[in-house]
Amino acid sequence: MKRIQLGPFNRVEGDLEVSLDVEAGQVVSAQVNSPLFRGFEQILIGRAPEDALAIVPRICGICSVAQSAAAAAALADIAGVTPPPNGLLAQRLIQSTENLADHLTHFYLFFMPDFARSAYAGRHWHGDVAARFMAVKGKAAEPVLQARAHFFNLIGVLAGRWPHTLALQAGGTTKAMTPAERIRVLALLREFRAFLETVLIGDTLESFASLNTEQALLAWAEGRNADFPMFLRAAGDLALEKAGRATDCFLSYGAYGLFESGLWQPNAAVDTLKSAEITEDPRHAWLAESSPLPPAVGETILDAEKSGAYTWCKAPRYAGQVVETGALARQVVAGNHLLRDLVGRHGGSVTARVVARMIELASVLPAMEQWVRDIVPGEAFCYPATLPESGEGVGLVEAARGSLGHWLSIKRGRIDRYQIIAPTTWNFSPRDREGQPGPLEQALVGLPAGDGALPIVQHVVRSFDPCMVCTVH
Amino acid sequence: MKVLWLQSAGCGGCTQSMLCSAPRSLFDELSDAGIEFLWHPALSLESGEEALAVLEGCAEGRLAFDVLCVEGAMLRGPNGSGKFHLMAGNGRPLTEWVERLSRQAKWVFAIGSCTAYGGLSASTPGNPLEACGLQYDTDTPGGLLGAGFRSSGGLPVVNIAGCPTHPGWIVDTLEKLALEGLSAADLDEVGRPLLYADQLVHHGCARNEYYEFKASAEKHSDLGCLMENLGCKGTQAHADCNLRPWNGSGSCLRGGFACIACTEPGFESPGHAFQQTPKLAGIPIGLPTDMPKAWFVALAALSKSATPKRVRDNAVVDHTVIRPAVKKAGK
Repeated sequence: MKRIQLGPFNRVEGDLEVSLDVEAGQVVSAQVNSPLFRGFEQILIGRAPEDALAIVPRICGICSVAQSAAAAAALADIAGVTPPPNGLLAQRLIQSTENLADHLTHFYLFFMPDFARSAYAGRHWHGDVAARFMAVKGKAAEPVLQARAHFFNLIGVLAGRWPHTLALQAGGTTKAMTPAERIRVLALLREFRAFLETVLIGDTLESFASLNTEQALLAWAEGRNADFPMFLRAAGDLALEKAGRATDCFLSYGAYGLFESGLWQPNAAVDTLKSAEITEDPRHAWLAESSPLPPAVGETILDAEKSGAYTWCKAPRYAGQVVETGALARQVVAGNHLLRDLVGRHGGSVTARVVARMIELASVLPAMEQWVRDIVPGEAFCYPATLPESGEGVGLVEAARGSLGHWLSIKRGRIDRYQIIAPTTWNFSPRDREGQPGPLEQALVGLPAGDGALPIVQHVVRSFDPCMVCTVH
Repeated sequence: MKVLWLQSAGCGGCTQSMLCSAPRSLFDELSDAGIEFLWHPALSLESGEEALAVLEGCAEGRLAFDVLCVEGAMLRGPNGSGKFHLMAGNGRPLTEWVERLSRQAKWVFAIGSCTAYGGLSASTPGNPLEACGLQYDTDTPGGLLGAGFRSSGGLPVVNIAGCPTHPGWIVDTLEKLALEGLSAADLDEVGRPLLYADQLVHHGCARNEYYEFKASAEKHSDLGCLMENLGCKGTQAHADCNLRPWNGSGSCLRGGFACIACTEPGFESPGHAFQQTPKLAGIPIGLPTDMPKAWFVALAALSKSATPKRVRDNAVVDHTVIRPAVKKAGK
């Protein structure tokens, strides 16, 4: 048996190392290491509660708004306030802009360049893919950066800037949209729709989003000239619909009032989300040992010399189970027919995770257009939120890459405890005390690795769209 | 000009921000100025051993590069070991990589306030991470590389501070260097390029009329000036955020929230709640950088008494309730 260390695992957000035990050209065991510690949970302690809104976005430069949204939700929970309709719509618009832009960044800049690798030279799709997606130099880079930058102009209007806005508050948002801005935002959404339909998907968003089986998807992609169908041709050739299965147990906190929350497992109805079932196990992290604790009473105490530890990431579990989160989980829980079909046939996979992001781009953008039309200029965007001296709150939201939770308690007007479970904490979790490997650790087993192996491991790791800086908050 | 990029204890947001560069897309903008990324952790193809080979070649001086851009604070802990961030796949502390590469780089850029001064990454109580900036601990010269550090191009670390940095601050500084060169005279007292740090955030603020009359916002989403009550430091923070808009047309103030002075050393620990203005006897403590306090108080009292009803009423609501009057022609 041979051990291979992969790192720095780039084109992910933050630093990542993967250790593979390889026998006869196949992975028999994997360990995922997040080699950076950041300490945000400690930074927050002792601060004024509203300071969380300035601090938590800075956990992550790519899920910045999602972090704000989770903190705003936790503070709203404590204050017992619900933002006015305009405020909720604006919060959703800001959050979904980030999430959709992240899906785009992931596909074009992080994920697809691996298909341009010389290891695939000679494959029928390689020439086209390399010309389009080669890192930095591919022809897709210019239009996608342009589309991404213009789409983020929507956050420029509604939240001042991206990343790291303070516009999201417990009671709504700090920026009331003017009638002129409403026209401008609708124009930005039309521009982004045009990019998605002509460059990425090659069809109207509505007709792509209505595909409901794997067979229908493959027939739809046949001969279609756009970037996502190009991926499907490469993925089919490499059988990526069968690569990267984790636990097939999917968690979602629910998003935008469009996608239901819950837990999905094969051959069972969607189970209602019970946040009390969530615990974190520090056994294999360089953190002080304790039994698995619910985040509302969780601790983050350093123990850099701990034996048996191999990462800075705790192991979150749902009722003791290893669960996957992300766009695929969100869509499977919400009942999307195409993704239920893909998962039903092959389990979770590289292909299913990418398809889920495309389905979200196609189904959320029309909803955003409607949210803008639903905003009533002149009516309130923000209600005052008065925080008590003491209290506890939870903020559960969906970032692009999955379920993000903030558990906050305040005492004597100051933050007393702040625990965060980020999406990649779930997906790239280490083993727990029962020895159950995390989702990625399971997804890598059985893949080809070692000298001369195709870079399938690269695709599987990046198919989760990991964000390591959030993981090691 | 070849740019080598490393990330450490930060959020990656400065790279994400840079990718929003406009009006041209980032890669075209840079390549036309003769600037290319030798390796960038978020963008380059090379992963694992391929990436380490590039970094090792640069550190040994075999592979030429011009600018080392570092994004994220330097973690020296625990106990000086640097173990809080070991390079994946290599096991050596990032601090060691940065020191080795800094000796080979012609110029070293600190991208973002974490890298420049320590930033939020250095504000864990007691700083157990032993986090610092490349050449500063907050505003004290030192940091990882030491106060006396000069790269082979003859400059101290260039601090492109901001949390995050505006894409234009990075792109313009790289282009200034590539096309015309950069000298010590182009930097301010804490190493920031004057091309954006010679302004105050206040300059060009869209809420200026409210500021003039001290017509202040009282709660989130109000249109008034954010200085008196909601913690805005735009009159003290060095940056051109209201002259060089963010994401098309934005800025913190345009977004309705306070400037928290994220380009300044120590912004992360202001000693008061970010969104509240600390006051003494009802007067904000943090007054404009170069204005005598007595004059400020006198002018504020005068302008408050002269505030038009339109400005006073609009300041405390989230949309204009009184429009500016239209004058008849010839009056």
